[in-house]
Amino acid sequence: MSGPSNNPTPQAKIAVRGLTMAYGDFVVMRDLDFEVMEKDIFIIMGGSGCGKSTLLRHLIGLREPAKGSILYEGKDFTATDPAERGAFINRFGVMYQSGALWSSLTLAENIALPIEENTKLSPKAIRDLVSYKLSLVGLSGYEDYYPADISGGMNKRAGIARAMALDPDILFLDEPGAGLDPLSSRRLDDLILRLRDSLGSTVVIVTHELASIFAIANNSIFLDTATRTQGATGDPKELRDHSDNPAVRTFLRRGEEESPAPATRSPS
Amino acid sequence: MPPKELPPPSACWKQEDGRVVLELSGEWRRDGPAPVIEGMPPDQAPDRYATDALGAFDSTLPAFLLAHLRSVEKPGDSAFPLDGLPPDLHGLMELALAVPEESEAGKKKKPASNLRTLGKRALGIWASFLSVAEFIGLSMLSIGRLLTGRARLRGRDFWMILQECGPQALPIVTLISFLIGLILAFVGNVQLASFGASLYVADLVGIAMVREMGVVMTAIILSGRTGAAFAAHLGSMKANEEIDALKTFGFDPFDFLVLPRIIALVLMMPLLTIYANVVGILGGMLVGFAVGIPPVLYWNETLTAIDLTTASLGVFKSVFFGAAIAISGCLQGMHAGNSSAAVGQATTRAVVAAITAVIVLDSAFAAIFTVLDI
Repeated sequence: MSGPSNNPTPQAKIAVRGLTMAYGDFVVMRDLDFEVMEKDIFIIMGGSGCGKSTLLRHLIGLREPAKGSILYEGKDFTATDPAERGAFINRFGVMYQSGALWSSLTLAENIALPIEENTKLSPKAIRDLVSYKLSLVGLSGYEDYYPADISGGMNKRAGIARAMALDPDILFLDEPGAGLDPLSSRRLDDLILRLRDSLGSTVVIVTHELASIFAIANNSIFLDTATRTQGATGDPKELRDHSDNPAVRTFLRRGEEESPAPATRSPS
Repeated sequence: MPPKELPPPSACWKQEDGRVVLELSGEWRRDGPAPVIEGMPPDQAPDRYATDALGAFDSTLPAFLLAHLRSVEKPGDSAFPLDGLPPDLHGLMELALAVPEESEAGKKKKPASNLRTLGKRALGIWASFLSVAEFIGLSMLSIGRLLTGRARLRGRDFWMILQECGPQALPIVTLISFLIGLILAFVGNVQLASFGASLYVADLVGIAMVREMGVVMTAIILSGRTGAAFAAHLGSMKANEEIDALKTFGFDPFDFLVLPRIIALVLMMPLLTIYANVVGILGGMLVGFAVGIPPVLYWNETLTAIDLTTASLGVFKSVFFGAAIAISGCLQGMHAGNSSAAVGQATTRAVVAAITAVIVLDSAFAAIFTVLDI
């Protein structure tokens, strides 16, 4: 973890500098300072209610920072006029916590809408793209269903398919694994890894599913509720074993007794 | 390596030693040119892919491949050969093909014949009639439980609802009734003045307001205001499974949600109607003053025109209108679907049903009062 610096390294996809988030006078988190590199799978983690989703909402421009700035590839996102953020935002794909699919549209229309508005593809090509995106999340054949007709987990997967509609540079996922069975959750992890590898997307995930975190993440930030600032940044596997912040180690071990890595020595 | 102009995307079907080879080349970009397809796409999946000349690609390429594979897919096909694809594309195709197409799901929407549609509509109308009847029955049972002391109104909720549908509606009711009084007086005065009978404007406004306009306008305002609010509130509670949560705790959603709303509206409608009548008469009085009728004279003329029976007719009707508005709002809310779009539809239906019910009931009352010669 590097200290605050004013020149982001050129390849930093997202650089957050001295970010303070607040609702009115109530400070949620202060002095956040971290970088997300290209092709990172970056986890935002922390206890319930610590401001993980709030941080995500700042990153995608739904909330304005109280202080500090957010830079995308060195360009200041927060200083950009909200009206001119379109250029940034078109490169984001966002999946919201409950899917947030438009309930008056079918799954196919949900995914087709951003494609229709942003490209000049033929209707047939759009249809193919939509079924491909749905296939990726295992929902092939559900094109004509309405979000209310399918289960919560399916809604979530459809939300990811919609987030990927425009092959975004950066994919933001808010609690993608929550509410999925372990197998689906693993499939989702696999999907995220594959997408990162094949499309070169950078992925930012809000989650506290430890299994997923260790399986896919190579970088992370831990938001500490007690101190209202970041507890640590870095590879979660490293943090679990070597973080100098006990709160981080406890979190990543689910509060269980610290023992040396279970793979090497397990108590009998 | 890439030439100045991006090579256009192309897919070329070839036969090699009796095996189908798909040769992919160029840059596949959704903002680039449309792909060129050479050769006839065969009725089978390619045995092998040749991708030496393939440049960068986005989702359009796997989407194109998948569309072909799905179109030739037969039940029982285990796996398609993906030899020759670059590793990233291979991975994506594998992922996309991991779950077979839900064939039942795809065939869900079959266009129905006209006769079938007609039949379904008719059954739907009958079913909605039954649901209205059932709802009214359940409301009556709920009121019965309240009267026999087996259900109770939750005080805080009830007062909140009362506040929302009564006092908070006063500004809009004031404005509308005052203007209705003005309009009646204006229109009436134009006709009556030609007979030199301007003073009878007071009779006209007074009788029209207390018999019809006051109660009907109040009912229409409350349909749009309170009926819609009931439907939207209960509908989103339904969508959020809040109503199911009530049931699991053993609460009857009728006693808990519908009953206080019906009672609140039935109590508030007559009060608002009386208020609207008075404000409407004041509106008429203003016009009367403008055309030279002194307010005292106008007031006295109004009092001679309206007797207690006339005045109570509107108030009597308002009780039924209130119940109709509350029932249509709650009914549509409780029967809403599970999405935000469904809440919107429920609200629309609630307002339409409430206004229709009010007008139909009013016509029925008009007929009854005529027969009874009131």
